[in-house]
Parts: sequence; structure tokens; C-alpha cells
Amino acid sequence: MTNKSLNQSTRIESAGQWRLIVMRFSRHRLAVLAAYLLVLSYIVALIAEVVAPYAPDKVNPAFAFCPPQPPRLSVTQGLYVYPMLRTIDPVTLQKNYTEDRSRAVKLGFLVRGDAYRLCGLIPMDRHLLGPIEHQADEARDTFYLFGADRFGRDLLSRIVYGARVSLSVGLVGIVLSFILGCLIGGVSGYAGGKIDDLIQRFIDILNAIPTLPLWILFAGLMPLTWPPLMVYFAITLVLSLLGWRGLARVVRGRIISLREEDYVTAARLLGAGHGRIITRHLLPGMTSHILVSLTLSIPQMILGETALSFLGLGLRPPVVSWGVLLQDCMQVESVVSHAWLLLPVFFIILTVMCFNYVGDGLRDAADPYH
Amino acid sequence: MTATQSTTHPRTPDNGKPLVEVCNLKTHFPVKRGLLRSTVGYVKAVDDVSFAVDKGETLGLVGESGCGKSTVGRTILRLIPATQGSVAFDGKDVFAANRDELKALRRQMQIVFQDPVGSLNPRMTVGRILSEPIRVHKLAKGNAVNERVAQLLERVGLSPDYADRYPHEFSGGQRQRIGIARALSLEPRFIVCDEPVSALDVSIQSQVLNLLSDLQQELGLSYLFIAHNLAVIEHFCDRVAVMYLGKIVELAGRDAIYNQPRHPYTKALLSAAPSPSVDDNRQRVVLPGEVPSPINPPSGCAFHERCPLTRELARGAGSGDVVSVTVMGEPVRVMARCVNQTPVLETVTDESSHCVSCHYHDQSKA
Repeated sequence: MTNKSLNQSTRIESAGQWRLIVMRFSRHRLAVLAAYLLVLSYIVALIAEVVAPYAPDKVNPAFAFCPPQPPRLSVTQGLYVYPMLRTIDPVTLQKNYTEDRSRAVKLGFLVRGDAYRLCGLIPMDRHLLGPIEHQADEARDTFYLFGADRFGRDLLSRIVYGARVSLSVGLVGIVLSFILGCLIGGVSGYAGGKIDDLIQRFIDILNAIPTLPLWILFAGLMPLTWPPLMVYFAITLVLSLLGWRGLARVVRGRIISLREEDYVTAARLLGAGHGRIITRHLLPGMTSHILVSLTLSIPQMILGETALSFLGLGLRPPVVSWGVLLQDCMQVESVVSHAWLLLPVFFIILTVMCFNYVGDGLRDAADPYH
Repeated sequence: MTATQSTTHPRTPDNGKPLVEVCNLKTHFPVKRGLLRSTVGYVKAVDDVSFAVDKGETLGLVGESGCGKSTVGRTILRLIPATQGSVAFDGKDVFAANRDELKALRRQMQIVFQDPVGSLNPRMTVGRILSEPIRVHKLAKGNAVNERVAQLLERVGLSPDYADRYPHEFSGGQRQRIGIARALSLEPRFIVCDEPVSALDVSIQSQVLNLLSDLQQELGLSYLFIAHNLAVIEHFCDRVAVMYLGKIVELAGRDAIYNQPRHPYTKALLSAAPSPSVDDNRQRVVLPGEVPSPINPPSGCAFHERCPLTRELARGAGSGDVVSVTVMGEPVRVMARCVNQTPVLETVTDESSHCVSCHYHDQSKA
């Protein structure tokens, strides 16, 4: 060879694409915090039986609309709450709750409580936090950290169990959205011309129709007799049938810009077929964009499920989801006198914000090479 | 009209047949407007271009940006569909080839891009970039692939250890070497060099050019060398074609172009190139106006609106031979022939096959 090696060989550790993304992402403090919070929420949802003090459907009519019992700490008693005493106003028949300060309900960690099967398999009866067992009358010594609903069911437990449906609906939904979005957007971008025009106008039309009537339309097609699991999957289907549009646009835009790159031209010239160009050259160039788009579309799904269930078009009791929980807040009267029933909203907002921050962080970290 | 120059070359190759023969090539892009995307016109990026590249020869293609020189290179490789004309590679019609034939043809015709950043996939290691064509064409298997990659890297002056690295870890010159190695991976005979050094530092330019000419000597490659830098072309090319607005206006051996340019556009182009000599007293020819749009090129000779020669001739000619045209809002008197009649690229001197497309090339002063 006439040209000798320009540089002597040196072993330099080089960071791959994903490591660079992780490095950049970790600089985005808020996004990292949000990511940790999300991981925590999914773990909580996964082991809901352990985290929730009670079973979600455990009724206690004597404590209907019991307000939240604030936990207290003392040297002698440890962690405890005061049991609630119910009085009924003789004139208005309104139930009033007051703390019974004469005795305390001691709380403990990993206490025995309602029996359950962890992950449907392992029989257990330990709960992360709850009243210490067998100290008195279980029915009267209640522990409602977030208050109780109109059947005396523990709201905290219901929120924890509801997280299962509400958090997973987004994940399951984006799987189908991902497939639809990549496929439709990919065809649109790669084929171009008339096909592209047709698909884009179709998306324009879908975008022009307000989402809610479309959801209602799809949800209306569901028979009322379906079992809860079927309804759950039907809802995710409905959400993902409308959720692919954003991703399709992203994929199409990326494909169009990548298609014109010199290295794609080079691959064509070197004899690579369409399949190879798409899988080796186009898709790897936009994994980060797809990831960001997917992350940002999960909250849409979560909000969609909540909205549908809130309107009674989605999941219905006895299934517990955050949207179903919010059905109790439909009357102003109940919101005014039992404000704690709105607590699921806080968790919805928190989750949606976390997903948005993680999405933002990913977007900033996505393209380390440019 | 251009049959004359398609068989003219200064150096006659062994079997008399050129490697690449381009005949009356036209590449027009439709201009679409409005809601219904109706075609309102065509950009005549390449408009009737003919030339030939011999085996082992370097043909330079020079012109200002937008004159269609890159489009010529890509049309020859069939990366852009041609509107008209034909390209023969080693006697085979490139445009008539079916899928398998095209794949086989493209093994022998490769390209080196201008942009060293965009031409390498940032997500692939150098090794994967270089091995992809070998795998696609099933030229080697298993360990033999890695050996070939190492050979390719050595051939372009890079360490074989670089195979594990990503393109962003390299400098522009090194990336361009990787791009050249990729073009060489299928052992082609003809390479379109699409401004391969324009994006590089001047100091790196000569290294890459030397590499290209070493490879040419070792492997007997033919180059179509597209550039706008006249100094690079002079250093590197055997023959030079000058393009203006989609047409070749002058085609000749390198020395003929640089010492005796015939076309007024070539003269203006050469006079605009910076000269290294201090006591250089050349007259700078400044062309009036701007390059006209290739959608509606001027009639007759596309250069007539800006041509200093036709203006000068019009001053001394009788009124019957002169017409007035409006250039950038001002009336200009030019020769009627330049407006009414399209000049043909014709051979003017036999010994160097000097071809010029100008009605008055014999009246211009050197």
C-alpha cells in the first residue's frame, strides 16, 4: 500500500448509542426523578396486594364516607391512628365522623391482614402498612389513610389496585399503536407519492374529528355483556386505534429525511434490497425518535382510559381503575362533602407529568450523534 | 445533434471502446404546484449531455452549483431516473437492465460522496459498513469477511483496528477514506466521485486525491470526477467537461481547457479561479446577472444573456444580426444567432478533440 496507516492503532473505549443516551438522560434531573417515580408506581401496581392495606372490594357499611385518618407518631404508641366514631345528625341524618381520642389503633409494617395470593400464586396475608392484627374489633378499628368511599371501601387500597389497570392500559395500548404507527408511517414515508398523500389525508381527517366522540363511537360498539377483561382489552384497542397517528407522522418524517441520506443511497448502490435498507439503515436511525414518541403517547392513553371510564363508557365496577374511582365524583354534592374522593386525580396528574418529563428527557438525550 | 463528440477522446484505449458512454442524456424533474399537484413545468437539470469515459481515465465535470453535474453522476448510476438518452457501461445499456442485471452492473459502478458525515451510517461500525456490500453480494463468508474488511481499510491507509469504531469517531478525511473503501468493496471499475474533497480541509484534500490516483493506478479505475474547484480538476483529471445549465459547453483535454479555453463561459470560470502567482495580470471576466432558472432556460444558447462575447460582437455587427434582450430589467444587445439557434457541441481542433458549444468560438480571443 502506498499510504501507510495514518494513525497507529489505539484501543479506545467507545460508547454505544444506548450508553450515550443514558448518559445524557441522567443529566436531566427532573426526568430521572420522574423515571424513578414511574418505576416505583409500576412496582406498586405489580405488588398491589402487598401495598394495599385492604382488599379493594372489602366493604364496611358502618364507615361509609369515612374521612382520611391522619397517622400520628408517639413514643409510647409508635405509629397509630385514632379510630373514628360515627354520629348521625338527628335532623339532617348526615353522618359525621369524629376521632375517638380515648384509644389508638396501632399501625405496623408488614402486618397480617386480608389473605391474598401474590401474583395469583403465592398465598400471603402480609400488608406493607396496616393496623396491628387482633388488637380489637377489626370492623371498628379501621385505618383509612385516604378515607373511604360510600361503601366504606378503603380509597388507598382502591387507588393502588386501580393503578394496575390505569398504568398498564397505556403500555398495552402503545404496543398496538407502535405496530400501526410504524407500519402506516413507514409505508407512507417509504412509498411516497400517491400512497403517501392518501395516508396523510386520512390522518388529517382523523385528526380533525374530536377524540371524545370517536372514543364514544368505538366504546359504543362494545356489548355490555362482555366480561371485564374483554372490556379492558377492547378499551386498549380503542385507544390504540386512535393513538397511532402521532407516531405515524414521526416515522414518516424520519423515513423521508433518512431516505435522502447519502448512506442510504450508498446502500442501494451496493445492492441492498428494500428490506435490508429499512431494517439496517432506516429503522435504527429512528429508534430514539420512536421511543420518545411512544413515551409521550402513554399519558394520552392513560387519560383516555380515565376519561372513558369516568363517562361510564369504558371500564365499569367492579373493575377498579382510576377512571372508575372518579365516577364517584360525578356529583358536586359528593365532591363538596367528601373531597378525598378526588385523590385519584392527583395520581393521574402525577403519572402523566412523570411520563411527559421522561419523554422530554429522552427527546433531549435521543440523538447523541448530532 | 451531439453524435460528434460521443466517440471523441484524446487517448484511444486498447479496444477502441470507452468504458462508460453517455448519449444525449436528459434528466428532467417535474415541478408540481397547487392542490392537485399538477405538473407546471420541468427543471431541466441535465439537458442533452453526451460524453465518454475511457478505461483508466479521469473525466472532470466542472461547473457552478446547480448546473446539474451531480445529477449527471447519479443518473449514470441510475439513482435518479433519466428522462431520455442512454448510458452504456462496457457496452451494456444501464437503463434497460433488469433488477439482477442492474445489481451486477452496480458492482462495477460505485460512488464516493461529497459529505463525509452523511455518507456513513452513524449507527453502524466501520466494519459493518464495509462488510455489508460483501455480505449482500455473498462475496465472502465468516472470517473471510473480516479479512476483506481489514484489507480494504489498509488499502485506503487506515488501521484494520478501526473496524470496531463508529463513524463519528473519525475526522473528515478519515471518513472520506472509509467512504472510498466502501466504494472499493465490490471491486468496481468505474467510480463517480461526487465532489469527494470539497468538504475537506485543503491539507487533507491532497491526501485524499493522492489516494484516489494511487488506487486508479493500482486497480485501473476510471473516474467521473465532479468538482467545482478548478485547481483540483487541473491536478487530477485527464479530460475536462464544463457544464452550464444542464449542458456541456466545452469538453477537451485538460491542457487544452486550461491553456486555450474556447467557450466564453469556460474563460469566465477560469478567470474566477484564484491564482497562486503574485504577478498575475489576468483579466478577470465578471459575468453580468445570475444563472438563469433551469425551469425556463433562455432560448438558443442558454448562456447568451450573460455572455461577454456576444455583447462585444453585437457592438461591431450590423443591425440585422443583432437583437435586444432584457437581462435583469435592462436591455442588452446580443447576436441574433445566439438567441435563435441552439449551438451544437462540435469538435474544433482535431488533435485534442476539443469540443465547444458556441456559435462564435472561433472569434473569441484566447
